[in-house]
This record gives sequence, structure tokens and C-alpha cells, in this order.
Amino acid sequence: MEHFFHYLFAPGLASSGPVRVALLVGTVVAVTSGVVGVFTVTRGQSFAGHALADVATTGGSGAFLIGLNQFWGFLAFGIGAAAFLEIIGVQRRRGRDVATGVVLGAGLGLAALFLYLDAASTSTTGASFTVLFGSIFVIASSTVPALIASGLIALLVVVVLSRVLLLSSLSPDIAAVRGVPVRAVGAAYLIALAISVSLSAVAIGAVLSTALLIGPAATALRIARGPVRAMAVSALIGVVATWLGILLAYDSYDWPPHGHGWPVSFFIVALVVIFYLLSYLRRPSRSRSARTASGAAGAHSRSEEGACSAAS
Amino acid sequence: MTSTSARLPRSDELLRLDGISVRLSGREILNDVSFAIRPGEFTGLIGPNGAGKTTILRVILGLQPPSSGTVTVAGSEPGQRPGRRRRGPVVGYVPQKLLIEPDMPLRVRDVVALGVDGNRLGLPLPSRARRDLVAETLRAVGADGYADARVGELSGGEQQRVMIAHALISSPRLLLLDEPLANLDIRSARGIVAILARLAHEQRIAILISAHDMNPLAQVMDRIVYVAAGRAAVGSSEEVLRTDVLSNLYGQHVDVLHVHGRVVIVAGEDDEDTGSPGDLDRQPDTVYGSGAA
Repeated sequence: MEHFFHYLFAPGLASSGPVRVALLVGTVVAVTSGVVGVFTVTRGQSFAGHALADVATTGGSGAFLIGLNQFWGFLAFGIGAAAFLEIIGVQRRRGRDVATGVVLGAGLGLAALFLYLDAASTSTTGASFTVLFGSIFVIASSTVPALIASGLIALLVVVVLSRVLLLSSLSPDIAAVRGVPVRAVGAAYLIALAISVSLSAVAIGAVLSTALLIGPAATALRIARGPVRAMAVSALIGVVATWLGILLAYDSYDWPPHGHGWPVSFFIVALVVIFYLLSYLRRPSRSRSARTASGAAGAHSRSEEGACSAAS
Repeated sequence: MTSTSARLPRSDELLRLDGISVRLSGREILNDVSFAIRPGEFTGLIGPNGAGKTTILRVILGLQPPSSGTVTVAGSEPGQRPGRRRRGPVVGYVPQKLLIEPDMPLRVRDVVALGVDGNRLGLPLPSRARRDLVAETLRAVGADGYADARVGELSGGEQQRVMIAHALISSPRLLLLDEPLANLDIRSARGIVAILARLAHEQRIAILISAHDMNPLAQVMDRIVYVAAGRAAVGSSEEVLRTDVLSNLYGQHVDVLHVHGRVVIVAGEDDEDTGSPGDLDRQPDTVYGSGAA
């Protein structure tokens, strides 16, 4: 066991600058994605999240081409795509699928061109790999404050709007009657989603970014019942998967092929999927007790119905 | 409840619709609908599917602006938001056919608490006063036995109780319910009707409930607003449920039959357009049996 921990927390881990940056940024990304993801799943906008990630790919690969950090490309195109989805009606159930599909196709087509040009101009495949599959160990220290600030903004938007988002998910009509500007709230949420996807794209890559958004949230929604607890559990799962993923990736430098670490994105996504599958092992005991309780309440209500039917 | 009526400009009406017409893309949905509701009144908004019942409720809620006519809710027109905020929610609303997914992270108590402060910003942090109010409201609708269950895992009748509690917790003076009995078994439907009748009687809450089948409501309705083809006939059951009144409303001959204490409306020979009483043949009028109308 001692040997295992020595192996997991390999020597030099804590003193490695890139690892520390990765752990810091990874935490911010995981918490943001975890909390935002709960609402993405609840609102049925997983597909929209994926479309934003695909368009962000275009931005990231384009940014590489003009020498900018890919995060700014992810962010600009992600928010642009969010605005476009909002305008063409992502919030209307009917428009959602078609609108999202159109944006997605256009984005990936351009990304293919930009990535080709990236590769052609630098004669390496580094750009493609960084944009598509992430680069948490090679984050430029100059972008770290921006990454953290963006994460906090997205987190703040979703936390502040949490109740109106839940009420709108329950029934947009009730929310509107209660004076909630449903459409504006939905638009603000899409922006937060775009920021979250961009951050996730930096950490584990544009292609995989929705894994960190949807996986922990879907797992948390199976385990936790209330909204605040679901957000907390989702963030926790994301953080644990990210930290373990970073540790394993660091360790994997000793794995074959020697001297090349395995991609951290692989570990994080694999762990997220494992957590999700593990949530299926959990017996739905609470659910069953709830059903029993409702049966008892049904008996209670029948007594008052007795009064009604006796009158008829 | 009684002190608030002093603020009403005329009489003690909670709600008044005056000559409401709604036209959507050239199609006439409502035509000159007028009625009023006073505190504690139980009003049935009855009519076949597609007759315009939901549109009437949406006009009252301010979700659908009328093409002509006026709506007055507790003395002001809906949609005047600042006024409504200051007054608190006068109108509680239970929408039609909510489809709540089982993975919606809302327990029954969360849904009801959203009725208190779901329109406010910030996290729903625990509050003792709110928890007590939620528990009390859940008891009032007989849903306290499943307060910690996910709302998406409940049956249709249980979800209706929860949504009534959600609407009720902000102490509305008028409760609008859109087809709350549709797709419920007889026992659940009777339970819901008993709860609503008690709210109207004990708390003087005015109830406006839409239904395509009037029979489960026959015992408790003070008044019927019968809607057909966008027009409405208003009055007591005896005044409205008559062959001449409803034939005039439908614009063709219909028979109002009293069969074993139930009211059944049967279409005449020709029924070509939508909203005609021909639709009634497909309504489960004959499924329910609950006393004379």
C-alpha cells in the first residue's frame, strides 16, 4: 500500500511547476463544469453544449494560426456560437435540434481547415492535438489568471441564477408569470455554458470538453436528490476525476512507450465514465422508501376522498 | 384575505374579463368572452379540447395579450409587473401536462419552496421559516408523505398535488388550474377536487379550473364558464347545461343529456369543423360518474 502511494504520488510531483498549474486550473475547470453541467443536463441542453464545444474547436484552431493562446479562440467562438444559438431559437424545443446541428457542422468544417493550416505552417501535429485533446500540462502561466477569472464568472452567473433556472426548467410559463425574464435568463445561462466549455477545452480538449460537463453532472443527478447537493456532488466528482487524472498522467511517464506521458484527457474522461458507471451499482434505496411513503400518503388522502364520494 | 378586498376598485371581484377576443395569425381563438370571479368561488372552465380554455387562462396570466377586451386581476391589468411584485402573487397557476423528468434534481420540498422564492436570485440556502411553510403547505394538499421524493418519480396525481402546493404557498387569492384532472384515475381526481373545494371554502381562494369533462367537478362548481368554438356561456349548471344554450354556443344542434346523474353532450348530425361537439364523443365523459350536475 505504501508502495502504491509512493508510486501514485511520484517524487517531484509537488515541486513540478506544470503539475501545480495543472492542479489549480484543473480544479477551477472541474468545479465550473460540474456546477454548470447540472443545469445543462436538467435543461436538456447537452447537445447544445456539444455544439458550443465543436464551434470552440474552430476558434481554438484559428487562434493557433494567428499566434494567440487557444483559450481566447475557444472563448470568442464559444460565446459567439451561444449568441447564434440563442438568436435562432435554441430555447424553443422544435428549433433546438436543427439550429444546433447547423452550427455544429459549420464549425467543424472550418476547424478542419484551420487545423490543416496549423499543421502545414508548423510541420507538426502539436496544434491539432492541443486543440482537440487538451494541454493541461503546458498552460501558459500568463493565461492562468484569465482562466480562473472566467471560471469564477461562469460559476457566479449560474449560482446567482440557480433558482430562476430551476423554476424555468420546471415550467417556463410559471417562471414568466412570476416575473422571470425567461429568455434573458436562458441567454445568460448559454454564455456561462460557453465559458465553461472553453475552460474545459483548455484542460481536456475541445472534443472531450463535454465529458467533464455532462459526466459528473449526470452521475451527481443519480446520487443526490436536491439541487444544491447535486451541484456540490457534481463539482466534487469533477475535481476528484481531474486530480486523479493528472496524477496518473504524471505517473504514466514511466509507462510504455517510455518517456512520453499518456494524455491526461484520457485519464480524466475514463475516470468520469467509471464514476458514472459506478453510480448504477448504487441501489436506489431512497427512491424505494419514497414510493412506500407516498403509498402511505395515498391512504391518507383516500380518507378525505371518502368524504367527497360519500356526498355523491 | 378579507382586508385585501378593500383595495379593489369596484365590488369584490377578483377577476374580470370584458369582451376578450384573441386572434392568432388570422384564426379566431376567442370571441367576446366575459366573466367575473369573486373570492371563494369555484368556477369550472369547461369545454372540448381546442375550444380555447388554455388561451383564456393564458390571457388572465398575461402570457397571451388579447386582440381586444380587458382583463382585470384584483384591480389591475396583468403584465403591469411592478404593481404585481409589490402586491405579491395574486394569481397561482398550475399549468397543463407538466412533463417532469426523473433526473430533474428537485425533491417535492424543493418544488414547493420554488413557489416562495423561485423568482429570486442566489442559492436556495436553508431557512427554518421556509421549511415550516413548505411542510405546512404539503400537509394542506396531503403530499407531506413524499416530501423528500424526486418530483419526477411521482405519479400524475401526486405531481398535481405538488404543483398545487407550489402555487398555493405564496398565498394566492385566485388559483388557475389547466386540466389538472386529465389523465388521472378517478380516485386521484376526486382527491384533487376535494382539496380544491376545501381551499375555496376554508381559505376563500377563488378557483378557476379547466376541464374537458365536467362530471368530476359537478359537486363543487359554483359556476360554469362553458367554452366552445372560442365563445363562452356563463352561469350556474342549470343555466348553462341546456340544449338551447349549448346549441347556440356550438352554432349547431347539440343535446344535453342527463344519464345516471352524469351530463353528456351529444353532437348533432353535421360536425365539420374543429371544436364542434363531435369532439365530445371522443372525450371520456362517460368514464366518470359523480352525481348530478
